[in-house]
Amino acid sequence: MNGFGNVSGARGLTALSGSESPPSPGSEPGTVDMMVNMGPQHPATHGVFRMELRVDGERVLDLVPHIGYLHRGSEKLCEHELYSQIITLFDRLDYVSNFNNELVLVTAVEKLMSVEPPPRAELIRIIMCEFNRIASHLLFYGTFAIDMGAMTPVLYNFRDREKVQALFESVSGARMMHNYFRVGGVKQDVDADFAARALTLCDDLERGVDDSDRLLSENAIFIERTSGIGVISGEAALDWGLSGPVLRASGVPYDVRVEEPYSRYAELDFGVPVGSAGDCWDRFYVRILEARESIGIIRQAIALMEPGETMARVRQIARPPAGEVYAHCENPRGDLGVYIVSDGGERPYRLKVRPPSFCNLQALRDLTVGHYIADAVVILGTLDIVLGEVDR
Amino acid sequence: MVYGIGLAKGMGVTLKTLLRPAFTVQYPDRRVGVMGAAKAAGISTPGLIFKRPIKAFRAVIGLERVAVRPTQSTRFRGNEFTWYEERCTGCASCAKYCPLGIIKIVTSPGGINVQEGESYAIDTFDIDIGRCMFCALCVEACPYDALHMGSSFERGNYVRMDLVLTKADLNAQAKHPSTWFRPQMEARDFSPFDDVIDDMKQAGRHEMPSVERLTERWVEDRKTDQAEDD
Repeated sequence: MNGFGNVSGARGLTALSGSESPPSPGSEPGTVDMMVNMGPQHPATHGVFRMELRVDGERVLDLVPHIGYLHRGSEKLCEHELYSQIITLFDRLDYVSNFNNELVLVTAVEKLMSVEPPPRAELIRIIMCEFNRIASHLLFYGTFAIDMGAMTPVLYNFRDREKVQALFESVSGARMMHNYFRVGGVKQDVDADFAARALTLCDDLERGVDDSDRLLSENAIFIERTSGIGVISGEAALDWGLSGPVLRASGVPYDVRVEEPYSRYAELDFGVPVGSAGDCWDRFYVRILEARESIGIIRQAIALMEPGETMARVRQIARPPAGEVYAHCENPRGDLGVYIVSDGGERPYRLKVRPPSFCNLQALRDLTVGHYIADAVVILGTLDIVLGEVDR
Repeated sequence: MVYGIGLAKGMGVTLKTLLRPAFTVQYPDRRVGVMGAAKAAGISTPGLIFKRPIKAFRAVIGLERVAVRPTQSTRFRGNEFTWYEERCTGCASCAKYCPLGIIKIVTSPGGINVQEGESYAIDTFDIDIGRCMFCALCVEACPYDALHMGSSFERGNYVRMDLVLTKADLNAQAKHPSTWFRPQMEARDFSPFDDVIDDMKQAGRHEMPSVERLTERWVEDRKTDQAEDD
């Protein structure tokens, strides 16, 4: 491919000098390494993410991720907002699992203020978070299949996700940016018919997850594309600081809900699915199993629900004492942590987010090098990044 | 690995879905056949064919459409705000609580408020919904139930200035308040999509709060807060 060497860099293709000199005219056609820009407008990067690939033909020799296209300065903004206003900013970090994001912030502030939310509020939070986990995983199955060229699953999964969002709307008034959890509970109690609706939805989602499982997991083409691709061992995954399904697919049974139970997870009985190979197929299948566990959690939580208060007695404008606190929760993407330094005022002195997507993205280079370009898309898909969280 | 079994399973799911009724909602309108057009017009199918043959013919060739209203929860936080001037004291709690600072309030002395008696008159009450993120914190902050979220979502515009809701706009528009954070409306099964609340007394608490309630609110709560702060 001599000609590629002359294509201008402005089009995203740049020939690299050095490794192999271009062949002289008339001789055997040789190859040159090439720089390919993937993103920030590439649909397979799931947002505004750019990968700089050095490729030899179809083989990826090197990968440099470039982030920051969606940087909004959320952490700095938080220093100027009241704690209740920060919840609206946390909705916008990982914008496909908003409830889980809200939970980590209110958990941290409650820890700092030593506030105990009422039991009913905690169960509503758990139900909402687990529904959101399923919705997020449903979106993952669909977009992951699209990454490999399968159009069907995403349509089915959006159908099921829509039902979840209808429930969210009836609870919080919004389909995505809920702003529903508060320091000390939840803003408004759920409807009287909530439990019945949630249980019906659980049955629907069970069928929906089964559909995704049947559509993809055993499909021969899907297995060929995913098994043995992007393998990472458990030790390496821990070394990189990976968390969530990406870590559990490598056989490490680490789940914050089990290791450091927050809210009322200690009362609930659920399994932590782990993979064995640590390849793309395992990372996909762990999420299928996790969604099923979440449905079980929701059913248990609904059975535990009793009428009662949904807000502890705290001031609307929370003012935690001076000090610092770290709280972390299991997000659909991994271990989301928040570190707050308070000077005793109504606004945090400093707020730091530990985003799971950002940490999981570190391993991308190691996972991808040596595979084909098409596999780079698949590997990025299984990391399931959300750029709102990576860039903050 | 046997090729084909997995593929067949997937095709089975597709076939099953093919036989199910469609989940997609056609919005803002959907096509109807003769029977659907007759139902929408409120007459029987033969009645439509004989009395309004043109309409029936249009339905046959697929030109007849009926409007579809999407199903929304009554708590839906819509993008026109509902505001009752008689309830508002101009305290600007909403403006202070707004994370974006998009509510502008100008007051002058001389107004009368339902709950507080002598109060401020509202000269300006602007909400820039072009920058609003509909978090509804302003609705939570309002101590007099004067401000409510709306329930609509169709507010496309060509000019940004038209997205600023002024006091005149808020007073003029139909009042379909959302039941978000308004349990008193939920308690009486109010649906903003069918009903309008024009009477400000229906929108929230309207009697003067009792002395005990005021004491609890302004004296006892503050004592506890002070104790917590110390």
